[in-house]
Amino acid sequence: METLTQTTVEFDLAEKPVRELNQELHNPTATNYKVLNPRGEHSVAVGINDPIEVEIEGDVGYYCAGMHQHGTVTVNGMAGPGVAENMMSGTVHIKGHASQSAGATAHGGLLIIEGNASTRCGISLKGGDIVVKGNMGSKSAFMAQAGRIVVCGDAGEDIGDSIFEARLYIRGEVASLGADCVRKEMREEHREELVQLLKDAGMEEEANDEAYVDSFTRYGSARTLYNF
Amino acid sequence: MRSPEDRGLRESAIFNRAAIAAIQQAAETGIYDIRGWGAKRDVPHFDDLVFLGSAISRYPLEGYRERCDTDVTLGEMNASKPMKLDIPITIAGMSFGALSAQAKEALGRGASAMGTSTTTGDGGMTEEERGHSSKLVYQLLPSRYGMNPDHLRKADAIEVVVSQGAKPGGAGMLLGQKISERVAEMRTLPQGIDQRSACRHPDWTGPDDLTLKIQELREITDWEKPIHVKVAASRPYYDTKLAVAAGADVVVVDGMQGGTAATQEVFIEDVGIPTLAAIGPAVRALKEMGVHRKVKLIISGGIRTGADVAKALALGADAVAIGTAALIALGDNDPRWAEEYEKIGSAAGYYDDFQAGNDPAGITTQDPELAARLDPVEAGKRLANYLQVLTLEAQTLARACGKSHVTHLEPEDLVALTIESAAMTGLPLAGTDWIPGRNGGF
Ligand SMILES: Cc1cc2nc3c(=O)[nH]c(=O)nc-3n(C[C@H](O)[C@H](O)[C@H](O)COP(=O)(O)O)c2cc1C
Repeated sequence: METLTQTTVEFDLAEKPVRELNQELHNPTATNYKVLNPRGEHSVAVGINDPIEVEIEGDVGYYCAGMHQHGTVTVNGMAGPGVAENMMSGTVHIKGHASQSAGATAHGGLLIIEGNASTRCGISLKGGDIVVKGNMGSKSAFMAQAGRIVVCGDAGEDIGDSIFEARLYIRGEVASLGADCVRKEMREEHREELVQLLKDAGMEEEANDEAYVDSFTRYGSARTLYNF
Repeated sequence: MRSPEDRGLRESAIFNRAAIAAIQQAAETGIYDIRGWGAKRDVPHFDDLVFLGSAISRYPLEGYRERCDTDVTLGEMNASKPMKLDIPITIAGMSFGALSAQAKEALGRGASAMGTSTTTGDGGMTEEERGHSSKLVYQLLPSRYGMNPDHLRKADAIEVVVSQGAKPGGAGMLLGQKISERVAEMRTLPQGIDQRSACRHPDWTGPDDLTLKIQELREITDWEKPIHVKVAASRPYYDTKLAVAAGADVVVVDGMQGGTAATQEVFIEDVGIPTLAAIGPAVRALKEMGVHRKVKLIISGGIRTGADVAKALALGADAVAIGTAALIALGDNDPRWAEEYEKIGSAAGYYDDFQAGNDPAGITTQDPELAARLDPVEAGKRLANYLQVLTLEAQTLARACGKSHVTHLEPEDLVALTIESAAMTGLPLAGTDWIPGRNGGF
């Protein structure tokens, strides 16, 4: 990897199969990739393990950027279920909306969703961070163990059901909280981490706007289900 | 004092001592019973079948001398690096967390000595385990504890766990006393909490999604590795068909007797069907799809002897997996700990409190002192010996039936001793040509 000079390679999924794309990305010969015509294909850019940048021009199906490590994947379109599932590090950036189970079980890294995230976003989250600029669907953050989820819009029903140590920052309305998930005090350390997450997600202006930051509420575990 | 039986007292078959004790415990505590091991009730099993051996119309192979192979290869259809096992007996998935690091190492040593695989479990892959297992299957479970793409790439095969025989529809459980610092870190959870895993996968539901999940796993690992799908025996005919349609290289069917580290008693005893009943429907599914012996079938749940192995193969399985028996081979329930078992309210031969974390044999524990009782090298040798015996026994039976490979055993080599087992397996009742429910039955 270190020896690569900055180059961009175009990869057209109308001409070559996903399998070839993934094999190229697993042994990259360039630092930057532009993927054309994804047309809802599944498993696009999964298992990346190098600090490469991949830009996908269109909508993707299931599990785009699954188990992602080190690199950056940007989807200039919509993402199907399980985008960035179990990601470990790096960044995945969805410019449109994301379907259900976005960022499921992510252990690290940052998932940014410019639009809305559907149900079960951040389910079983294990240390990754998710910033949803729109709204987030019901059953999100179910059993979330660690990591942070920021929602700039509203959230659906049963948010954070059986949540462990993950922290949720939600700006808008929450339809309902799940079992053992409660509203929590926003202390200075929480404000700081929220500001940082907003900045990481490219929301510099909002992050510097105190009133904007103040409009978030923190949610987390009441820890009453930890032992039988 | 004379025993109650000697004094003419009569125990109820329905309200027997175990049932009475369970009611008393429930009344006292208000908590349901959670334990390890598998179903303890009597269900139709491999004991209800016998081999016919050879006679005038069939001739055997020379018992000790003639070749009888035992190898099986998994994943030839889709994986560029299929997994070749020297014997058709694998070690089932048992998590680090449920088991000590030493026990996991011992399993790796024993299995590797015999050229077969071990399997990770609900809690990720440890270095000890990878280091001591020459062939390691990495489980993808609903909880995804410790799920790591680096480990995925290091594995020799991948097993998508849908459900377990001990608890179809239920999920993993690890009580607080076993959540040591290391276990907590691997699972990203606070130390000491009661950990109850999810029972459904977080990012797929249903057969169509499973197809895409398997595709993703193949894409991440460059189509190198065999992919297993493990399902509890509940609807084995449909589940096998769906797993094959989803792209599995190997279908693992785990019967209701299958062991567990910690599950509600009511789940262990009352959900799922016996191993014996599950094999036939799974084989029928594979045959109807034209992939029997191509997509491999691994059977588990109550395998104890080479006869059990041979019977499973004769019914159409390609290999078996063992959990409980492997732990016993390592030293679980050893009479040398009899006094200590008594102290914690159990007895050698009865111990099933794998959830409790105070295992006198040092196997199902995270207590460093107890765990140190198990010498991984010595325990690994015991497991290798045991696997060797299972293999030799299966070979002996296969030769007696005239087969030069253990997987050449066939249903025709077996008959059933009970009507139930005949009906479940589709084998004729011994001494008759009657298969209940088939040829003119009721
Ligand atoms: C201590 C213990 C831990 C287990 N942990 C797992 C696990 O993590 N994942 C899994 O799929 N099955 C697990 N199992 C089930 C085994 O993989 C296997 O299905 C079962 O033990 C087979 O039945 P047998 O014990 O009768 O051989 C566990 C079983 C035991 C005894």
